[in-house]
Amino acid sequence: MKTRHLFGATALALLPAAAMMAQDQATCENCANTMTVVSWGGAYQNSQVKAYIEPYKAMHPELTVVMDESSAESVAKMRAMAEAGNVTWDLVDTLASDAIRMCDEGLVMEFDDIDAVLAPAPDGTPASEDFGDLLINDCFVPQIVYSTTFGYRTDVADWGGKVPTTVCDVFDLETFPGKRALQKRPIDNMEWALYCDGVAKEEIYDVLGTDEGIERAFNKLNSIKDQVVWWTAGAETPQLLADGEVVIGSTFNGRLFSAIVEQNQPIAMLWDMQDFDLDGWTIPADLPEDRLNRVLDFLYFATDTQRLADQAQYISYGPARSSSAPLVGFSEVLGVDMAPHMPTDPANATNTHLYDYGWWADHRDDLDAKFQAWLTQ
Amino acid sequence: MTQATADQARGSVLAADGTPLKVSLRRALRAQKLRALMLIAPLLAFIVIAFLMPIADMLFRSVENQIVPDTLPKTVVALEDWDAKGDALPGEPVFAALHDDLVVAAEAKTHTRLGSRLNYEDSGMSSLLRAAGRGAGRMNADEPYEAQFIDMDKDWGDIETWRTIKLYSGAYTDGYLLNAIDMQKTVDGPELKPASQRIYVMLFLRTMLLSLTITFFTLLLGYPIAYLLAILPLRTSNLIMILVLLPFWTSLLVRTASWKVLLQQQGVINDLLVWIGLISDANRLVMINNATGTIIAMTHILLPFMILPLYSVMKTIPPSYLRAAKSLGANDWTAFWRVYFPQSVPGVGAGAILVFILSIGYYITPELVGGTSGIFISNRIAYHISISLNWGLAAALATMLLIVVLALYWVYDRMVGIDNVKLG
Amino acid sequence: MNAGHGNGAFVVFEHVQKSYDGETLVVKDLNLNIGQGEFLTMLGPSGSGKTTCLMMLAGFETATHGDIRLAGRPINNIPPHKRGIGMVFQNYALFPHMTVGENLAFPLEVRKMSKADIEAKVKRALDMVQMGAFAGRRPAQLSGGQQQRIALARALVFDAELVLMDEPLGALDKQLREHMQFEIKHIHEQLGVTVVYVTHDQGEALTMSDRIAVFNDGRIQQLAPPEDLYERPENGFVAQFIGENNTLEGTVETIAEGKCTVRLGDGSVIDALPVNVSRPGERTLLSIRPERAEFNPARLPEGTHTVKAEVLEFIYMGDIFRVRLRIAGNENFVIKCRNAVGQRRLRPGEVIDVGWLPQDCRALEAA
Repeated sequence: MKTRHLFGATALALLPAAAMMAQDQATCENCANTMTVVSWGGAYQNSQVKAYIEPYKAMHPELTVVMDESSAESVAKMRAMAEAGNVTWDLVDTLASDAIRMCDEGLVMEFDDIDAVLAPAPDGTPASEDFGDLLINDCFVPQIVYSTTFGYRTDVADWGGKVPTTVCDVFDLETFPGKRALQKRPIDNMEWALYCDGVAKEEIYDVLGTDEGIERAFNKLNSIKDQVVWWTAGAETPQLLADGEVVIGSTFNGRLFSAIVEQNQPIAMLWDMQDFDLDGWTIPADLPEDRLNRVLDFLYFATDTQRLADQAQYISYGPARSSSAPLVGFSEVLGVDMAPHMPTDPANATNTHLYDYGWWADHRDDLDAKFQAWLTQ
Repeated sequence: MTQATADQARGSVLAADGTPLKVSLRRALRAQKLRALMLIAPLLAFIVIAFLMPIADMLFRSVENQIVPDTLPKTVVALEDWDAKGDALPGEPVFAALHDDLVVAAEAKTHTRLGSRLNYEDSGMSSLLRAAGRGAGRMNADEPYEAQFIDMDKDWGDIETWRTIKLYSGAYTDGYLLNAIDMQKTVDGPELKPASQRIYVMLFLRTMLLSLTITFFTLLLGYPIAYLLAILPLRTSNLIMILVLLPFWTSLLVRTASWKVLLQQQGVINDLLVWIGLISDANRLVMINNATGTIIAMTHILLPFMILPLYSVMKTIPPSYLRAAKSLGANDWTAFWRVYFPQSVPGVGAGAILVFILSIGYYITPELVGGTSGIFISNRIAYHISISLNWGLAAALATMLLIVVLALYWVYDRMVGIDNVKLG
Repeated sequence: MNAGHGNGAFVVFEHVQKSYDGETLVVKDLNLNIGQGEFLTMLGPSGSGKTTCLMMLAGFETATHGDIRLAGRPINNIPPHKRGIGMVFQNYALFPHMTVGENLAFPLEVRKMSKADIEAKVKRALDMVQMGAFAGRRPAQLSGGQQQRIALARALVFDAELVLMDEPLGALDKQLREHMQFEIKHIHEQLGVTVVYVTHDQGEALTMSDRIAVFNDGRIQQLAPPEDLYERPENGFVAQFIGENNTLEGTVETIAEGKCTVRLGDGSVIDALPVNVSRPGERTLLSIRPERAEFNPARLPEGTHTVKAEVLEFIYMGDIFRVRLRIAGNENFVIKCRNAVGQRRLRPGEVIDVGWLPQDCRALEAA
């Protein structure tokens, strides 16, 4: 597996937390003094502020950073701004799939030579190699690898002491009765359904590309449909699990991490067939020169090996550079060893699922319409 | 005989200064009209900018399709003579035109945008055009383009690809509007989509049905409250009025959170029902993340919009009518139903229209508490605006919604009479 | 028709009290018998308790204490719609969403009468108030007087034996009001129904009533036929409230055989009828109607006491002259004299002798 190859090298040794070295003040030629950064808000945005934005501002006291929490609607807002001819954003944190969309729409800038934009690894490996396959297109600079995976309650009496060990246990209502929380979208759910219906992992998208395959996935989902609570916001599943409304549910691994580690809920992780996804930066197309200079200067800093490793101090998402992985260790901030909570940890990543961006970019509209129709039947 | 009386004799009346009275009157009124116009000018401008223009833009977007002829101008022209119903691929000239168009488009980076557009109609167009934009520049002008295209991606040899381009080659299309009513364009004309993909008509119907249900419940709950407000002494009624307006002052998210705490299966109400033994622990009621959740939450949110018009109408009904009815021998119910209620009907009409139209357009609350069976058509519109970016379809759905609302309004006017509506 | 003082009274109020707030009484110990077929008016200033009494009778207010009986049966616990009492409201309360015909049919429909009966009764009632042609109109399309007639017809259409009217003519202009007074009176006589009529207009009360109950401060001040009320007020309030009235203060000098003499503030002595006084030396308030004072000695009987009066003002009013005098320090003593042949016109500043028949000067309790 490519992913395992990329992240498998995570060192388990506890490295001292990478302390921010006091840096000399740096200069930035012909750079704008304000920068609007768009992110997701909450704990994730906080990790970015702590890991890159505050250190960068310490080096550039002249800079004012405006934070906008619109990433969830970034594509629609970018398109609206572009149509109005007034793009106020400088740097936009988006999902990989949204980055592809914006890239296709010409809303974000393309990097002709990524190595000219991003820092090399400390050992001199160029960024293009360090990020490797995670550079899914010419517009997107990945920051983190997160996964959509399952959490389950550890105190379900009906389960008679058994706990789910594979993703297919989600579809097993006999052994594991109770409600499930799934995301209200076809992505992941269709793949898991086919996988548990006996389709080999490598063939999932081939099968899903046919009408019969879609039918097959829906049939599998039908077996649990009346037991599913569909969620749209990532915070819902941890809450539903905590309230006992569902006994097992999918969500982003970082959300489950907070529920388990920070709130001590009786919840455990089911990493099997976790679905890797990427989140990263895009720069709006056609920025004025001074704003572009500023963003590129910041981007060079914020995506270097140390900064991406620092971010994992604050949140349990894996850094997108392979060179950052060994630097992730015990978090002074959270008081836990972060490595075992990383989706990329070898113990967690024994059986993973790769979300095929290209395939979904082509089939998302069609499958979503079918999925919604199926939901309402 | 003076001049004025002479003019009068001829039938035109003169003002004191000798100008004809009509001219004088018109002049006096013109100043007045101008002043009135200036007073409403800001509102007029606001309505045009904030209301009429967006609606016009929406209507336009629901049929606009210029991206295809703009990006593939030569291909569109070359395709004109091709018979989409036949089995044959379009000929080499079309492929050559496509090549020329794509070279230009790739330069301007518009080919991917076209890919996104056509992908709404045919899955796979997105990657097909992305690759074609990249590949077109490297093609050999001396060899037939047809083979080179098919060699690059076999989908260029699939007649469906070409049918899609041909069907959507016009600057304007009815495709979005057809899609909004679960139909699709085919080479044989519009057709119903397969049953498994029909969703919008059902959502429109559900939106109407749930909105009607919500309107009914707001009326059921709001009528007695409005009546109480109208007959109680001012100090007491002011206190109740504050309670009525409370929903306006609390955050929707806070309320949603509390509804969840109350209504979910492990929530307060279910706990209570289990505790008093009304339901068993295994049969807890599902009251949220479904249509019930939407109805409960929206009834609460929209209740003030029913109560306020009802109240303002009821306040104008003197209590002596009820007394008169009773003195004439009517019991409490007859007095209410025959005398009080008919007079409150204009308030019922106003409240019902207000609540119904507001609820038809709601999407945040259904999204939060509606699960799958409690979502409205507006949720799909929001989805196409912010997630799928299919703004044309979103505009078409919104256009349909506008038509439905106008049609219902017309029916209402026919049945009840819009004059019979009083907001206060 | 002035019957009804006996036990066979149609409507009986017995020790009725009413309080809204538990602190003050709006109606204080009301005792009243109304005979069958009687036209009784409750007259009084606003806040005197008359409307409250009417509402208690109608059933819209409950008595705090005491009994109300209708045709011998206590009605305290009977809801208004079962009392069978017709009522005409101040603003008519015609149902605006029904036509005139529907308004009239309403009480009959709720009594589940047959269609034919309803039609006949409605027609008869409308004809009675000369509104037969208006059955299809809406109340809003009628004039005030027409609405008034409809309201009257509606209160009568179901053959109520008792009809209550709460200031029914208040909203009409003067001419129409006077016309309607006669019409109501006429219908009352024609049908023989019992009418309890509330008004604050004494002219209306005097014109229409068999008896008038004058209300003040929650009590009936006097209950009497119009003539008695006007000519023989029993206390200062009634004297003041009904008609125009002059008052003089004085002290009783002698009192004997239904006659008394009273010494006024300026020392002069006049004759009076003792009403609320019983012994010499008592302070008293004399009440004299303006039209009963006379300055022409030829018209007064021999030996009548007169007082000196200074003319302050002379007002010409067409059919009468109105003269303001100063008598014993009272500068608002008014006399009225007919503009008859040979009537003398007084001039301001002139001093005259004014006198009256002893029975026209009523010695009431001092204020």
